[in-house]
Amino acid sequence: MINLTIDNKAIQVPEGTTILKAARMNGIDIPTLCHFELDGMNFENKPGGCRVCVVEVKGRRNLAPACATDVMEGMEVFTHTARVINARKTVVELILSDHPNDCLQCEKNGDCELQSLTKRLGIKEIPFKGEQSHYRKDSTLSVYRDMDKCVMCRRCESMCNKFMTAGALSGVNRGFQAVVAPAFEQNLGDSSCVNCGQCVQVCPVGALTLVDDIAKVMEAIADPTKKVVVQTAPAVRVALGEEFGMKPGEIVTGKMAAALRRLGFDQVYDTDWSADLTIMEEGTELLGRLKKALAGEPVKLPMFTSCCPAWVTFYEKNFPDLLEYPSTAKSPQGMFGAVAKNYLAPKLGVKREDLIVVSIMPCLAKKSERAREELSVNGDSDVNFTLSTRELAHMIRQCNLDLNDMPEEDFDSPLGESTGAAVIFGATGGVMEAALRTAYELHTGKTLPKIDFEETRGFNGVKEATIDVDGFPLKIAIVYSLGNARKMMEQVRQGNPNGYHFIEVMACPGGCIGGAGQPYHHGNSEIIRKRMEAIYREDAGKPIRKSHENSEILAIYKEYYGEPCGHLSHEQLHTHYFDKSDKLEATK
Amino acid sequence: MAKYKMHILICGGTGCKSSNSLQIIENFQKILAEKGLSDDVQVIKTGCFGFCERGPIVKIMPDNTFYTQVKPEDAERIVNEHIIKGRKVPDLLYTNPENKEHVSDSKHMDFYKKQIRIALRNCGFVDPENIEESISRGGYEALAKCLTEMTPEQVIAEMKASGLRGRGGAGFPTGLKWELCAKNKADQKYVICNADEGDPGAFMDRSILEGDPNSIVEAMAICGYAIGASKGLVYIRAEYPLAIERLKIAIRQAREYGLLGEDILGTGFNFDIELRYGAGAFVCGEETALIHSMEGQRGEPTLKPPFPAVSGYMGKPSNVNNVETFANVPVIITKGAEWFSSIGTEKSKGTKVFALAGQINNVGLIEVPMGITLREIIYEIGGGIKNGRQFKAVQTGGPSGGCLTAKHLDTAIDYDSLVAAGSMMGSGGMVVMDETSCMPAIAKFYLEFTCEESCGKCSPCRIGNKRLCEILEKITDGRGSMEDLQELRNLAAVIKDTALCGLGQTSPNPVLSTLDNFWDEYVEHVVDKKCRAGVCKKLMSYVIDREKCIGCGKCAKGCPVEAISRTDYTAPGHKLASMVIDSTKCIKCGACINNCKFGAISIQ
Amino acid sequence: MANIKLSEDKINVIKEIAKSFGNRPGEVINVLHQVQGKFGYLPAEVQEVVAHELNIPVSRVYGIVSFYSFFTMEPKGEHPIDVCLGTACYVRGAEKVLDAFARELNVQIGKCTADGKFSLNTLRCVGACGLAPVAMIGDKVYGRLTPDQIPGIIAEYK
Repeated sequence: MINLTIDNKAIQVPEGTTILKAARMNGIDIPTLCHFELDGMNFENKPGGCRVCVVEVKGRRNLAPACATDVMEGMEVFTHTARVINARKTVVELILSDHPNDCLQCEKNGDCELQSLTKRLGIKEIPFKGEQSHYRKDSTLSVYRDMDKCVMCRRCESMCNKFMTAGALSGVNRGFQAVVAPAFEQNLGDSSCVNCGQCVQVCPVGALTLVDDIAKVMEAIADPTKKVVVQTAPAVRVALGEEFGMKPGEIVTGKMAAALRRLGFDQVYDTDWSADLTIMEEGTELLGRLKKALAGEPVKLPMFTSCCPAWVTFYEKNFPDLLEYPSTAKSPQGMFGAVAKNYLAPKLGVKREDLIVVSIMPCLAKKSERAREELSVNGDSDVNFTLSTRELAHMIRQCNLDLNDMPEEDFDSPLGESTGAAVIFGATGGVMEAALRTAYELHTGKTLPKIDFEETRGFNGVKEATIDVDGFPLKIAIVYSLGNARKMMEQVRQGNPNGYHFIEVMACPGGCIGGAGQPYHHGNSEIIRKRMEAIYREDAGKPIRKSHENSEILAIYKEYYGEPCGHLSHEQLHTHYFDKSDKLEATK
Repeated sequence: MAKYKMHILICGGTGCKSSNSLQIIENFQKILAEKGLSDDVQVIKTGCFGFCERGPIVKIMPDNTFYTQVKPEDAERIVNEHIIKGRKVPDLLYTNPENKEHVSDSKHMDFYKKQIRIALRNCGFVDPENIEESISRGGYEALAKCLTEMTPEQVIAEMKASGLRGRGGAGFPTGLKWELCAKNKADQKYVICNADEGDPGAFMDRSILEGDPNSIVEAMAICGYAIGASKGLVYIRAEYPLAIERLKIAIRQAREYGLLGEDILGTGFNFDIELRYGAGAFVCGEETALIHSMEGQRGEPTLKPPFPAVSGYMGKPSNVNNVETFANVPVIITKGAEWFSSIGTEKSKGTKVFALAGQINNVGLIEVPMGITLREIIYEIGGGIKNGRQFKAVQTGGPSGGCLTAKHLDTAIDYDSLVAAGSMMGSGGMVVMDETSCMPAIAKFYLEFTCEESCGKCSPCRIGNKRLCEILEKITDGRGSMEDLQELRNLAAVIKDTALCGLGQTSPNPVLSTLDNFWDEYVEHVVDKKCRAGVCKKLMSYVIDREKCIGCGKCAKGCPVEAISRTDYTAPGHKLASMVIDSTKCIKCGACINNCKFGAISIQ
Repeated sequence: MANIKLSEDKINVIKEIAKSFGNRPGEVINVLHQVQGKFGYLPAEVQEVVAHELNIPVSRVYGIVSFYSFFTMEPKGEHPIDVCLGTACYVRGAEKVLDAFARELNVQIGKCTADGKFSLNTLRCVGACGLAPVAMIGDKVYGRLTPDQIPGIIAEYK
């Protein structure tokens, strides 16, 4: 243990602790800007670049960055001397002098770390006038970039390269011109970006924001010729409450359904329903592959989950040789869209193009997934609009509603019933657990002795286990972060030395609960933990917890699809992947 | 060297090369061959002699005759007179500017008198492309001594005792640095030579590499032995093709002679050197940035700790020293720490190489003992200010240093006295300025450099230096106010206090030191809107005296922006109407002044 | 992501260079040095191929190219002109020399003349401070320059 004083307070912290952590552990909150850590989720951005967290250390010539300076025995740290405050204010004033300061119209107004820092330091004017950086605005279907607002914290770059290994963003240029951008400052959409959107989730300011689709949805709702239905993903219900002042981890399923009705959606359905459907398809597909493997037939194993759209784009761009490994099952969003347009529309007596399907997702990549050409018919997408959790919250507020005041309501039928297996899709390991519950019982015909799979839960970035499926040792792995997924794919390229059968991949930290469309967590990983606890609480409270016991699912197979992985489900509920990698093409 | 009777040493350094010294070499060889003297007289292309002002330099050994400003056609005369008849060619000798006497032996020239050449000991004496010449002058003796007579601990102890401090800028004790790296156990360690000389106006590292690459190869091997590294890397500017070429030759020859590679001198010690190329980033002189650059990354510095001695290149313990530091190492080993530490001041031992440049008579590369005064350098070695003008300031330490003034002329120069005076040693740039230099403009020049070279990682350097530069621009444009001077000082202090790396932390020095030493000049710019040096264009206006103007119109013809037109006033005694300059169009290029034969145009 | 279009010869040159460095990502700067040595500059497609051969994101390659001033994405003129703006040259009037080049050639700093004959750039210290102010045209060093010499020097190359 190291003894030191911070602001004359004697404290003791373990060796290797930074001044910043030591201070926070002792109730002294030194402000930061570039520093960002997801504790326990293997992500830290610590370039020591913004210099907001500088403190005075007795005996040191210059000020020390608290985020990156380890404590030392006998150290005397001062966090608010006149010298420190002056330096910190000057640094923030400098940052503001190269910032548009159009806070009122900014997407991040009220949620901006630079804004709160400015307020906290009491900065009332910017003494420095000079050149401001200007860059071309750019947008994908998911991410909007306005680099005029960039503060060079490098969080997005770290996220894109270290955590995701997508490699779309890099620090470019130098000096005053330095900024984070794709190669050649080309459109992000032309780069290796997978639209995971985590750059948006970690951006402290409004440089990276989501593409706002609220207006389009409002317009559809207002159109009397359209019937507008909505589906809501599992992770949304455990996070939406945060936007309305509720504690992280509050479950707002019923209130959300009520709010959606008041917003004017004609039918309020649940993506959880199609998550159960996904398990039926994907579980059946897995069993099919395993049976073939046991019979000695050539088959691609391990099978990967395919419900995370950033992950899908990632393997299309980086592993074109392995496109046969992931499950062909569409994501729950995609399946819902297909069922809605093909099965529900005739049932409701509307043409498919007059049925507008809106999805509420914790994710920004879903905005790009819904626009994939193969998920549309004659130019009409199965899912017409995707809103993130944050946009839904905006929309609720815009419509003068408060989630707190909403009554508890149910989803509509027939695409509204769901099981506990579906809700856990929202957390890392959830798809795996849901699939195991169903695959085990379908394969063995026996009831699971214990429904909770502890080995699939928790925040480890890579989890591995061997599950005894009635004597068959099923080797599974669960990863989040595309960096971990990349390692798995590289193993497959090397011949799958660990002999995995089934691997779940989610791009975002902790799975969809940590998605880029969720309320900003500003690096507070406790928020993500609370969301996960809520997910499993919701599961435990469900009367039915296995997808193959969902009565509405059983009904639709009976009435419409016949059997999982049957002819019609192949047509509507499965998809295929494309080689989207860079290729060298010689010209004359 | 024994078999030849005479040697003609010709400078092949960059400065002399650009004045055609290679042609001189060729001419000598041709003439000697024609006269059948090729077996008696050897022509050697050496590295820089230092006296670049008088280049190209040709030196005749053994009598040490020093010819200056030699032209290719002079080769024949030197051969005919000096080599054959033994008569010196007087008009090619250096002339003492004071008594106008010719000086033939460089030892007696003021430029060399006060110099002590340790790091530059072989520059101008050996053919840098021939390892045998190095060896004949004691090269690789130190390495042999270390490997056969000394333990690594003893080598480090010797280095510590010598008091040698890093010559790249900050002056960290070299022996201590080696010891820190030696302490860390690892399967692989690296010796890194920082040859990314980026200070504009300093070229000593380049001269050493061009003139004596073997001393660097030898020193790196000694360092490898001391810290337990078998790999050396030289990070060298790609803009230095000659230095790269000569270093490559030295490495190749050292391998051939068993002085690099496996089992060096049969002692079981393995060491080899590879080159890595810098690509034009001043910040890569900072050791963490340099290491990232070698690893194929953007050259952005990272926070220390961890120091390279713990986690450097590829995460392995690494020792980084610059070229000049290494150049001192072999001599310290052969002559001993006691000898070395007898030179210099209490806390700064040995010598320092400076690149003397600017408005001074003897521009060149000099090596002087620590503790010498600026006066000795400028007026004795440097031969005083050019064109008999007044000394105004000397800038040391490049973009990280500051400007010293007449009041510092008698300060004994060492690491600590320079810092105390608001500047720093830096890598050894020393630019002398006279009254034609404007100090706010000089500060702006350095800030522009820093802005261009800032990596952009930390806010104080990325934005702060830009703002400093903008304020200086305001001042030199005549738009400044006294509040701006206050802001300049505050901002400079905060940047010093908060920037991430050495480049950022020292970048405000040129501003702070000029504010301290030339406050009046700043005030003149902001209050009186005057630039006494006549440098700040926006504070000047070109005016035609209509009484003196004869109306010839030459000024108007030469004006690139058509700012000059004819008036309807004809001065008494003149036939044509006088001209006038439209100050809104004038770009202050000075072409009109040059074109006016009648002295009618002046700057106000 | 798009297909990278470059002539087969050029692709092969890059492949050879990358191979000579073992296609190791850490060698990217060395590879770029050699590739620029061959082509004179590093256009986007060339960087794409370098990235492809070293199996690193092209954003990283561009991050490096745009960081180091030695690397350029602009083609150089037939006669590249570099004016030294080191301190020694600066205090001896290098800026006026630079202005004279720019004016005489009607070209911006960092750019190439319309006919592709000259490109004008600045550099920091060529180490010929004794000859300040200094400019280089190709490999040839011109020392002790004054603005009025510039038209004559350019004429040598026309």
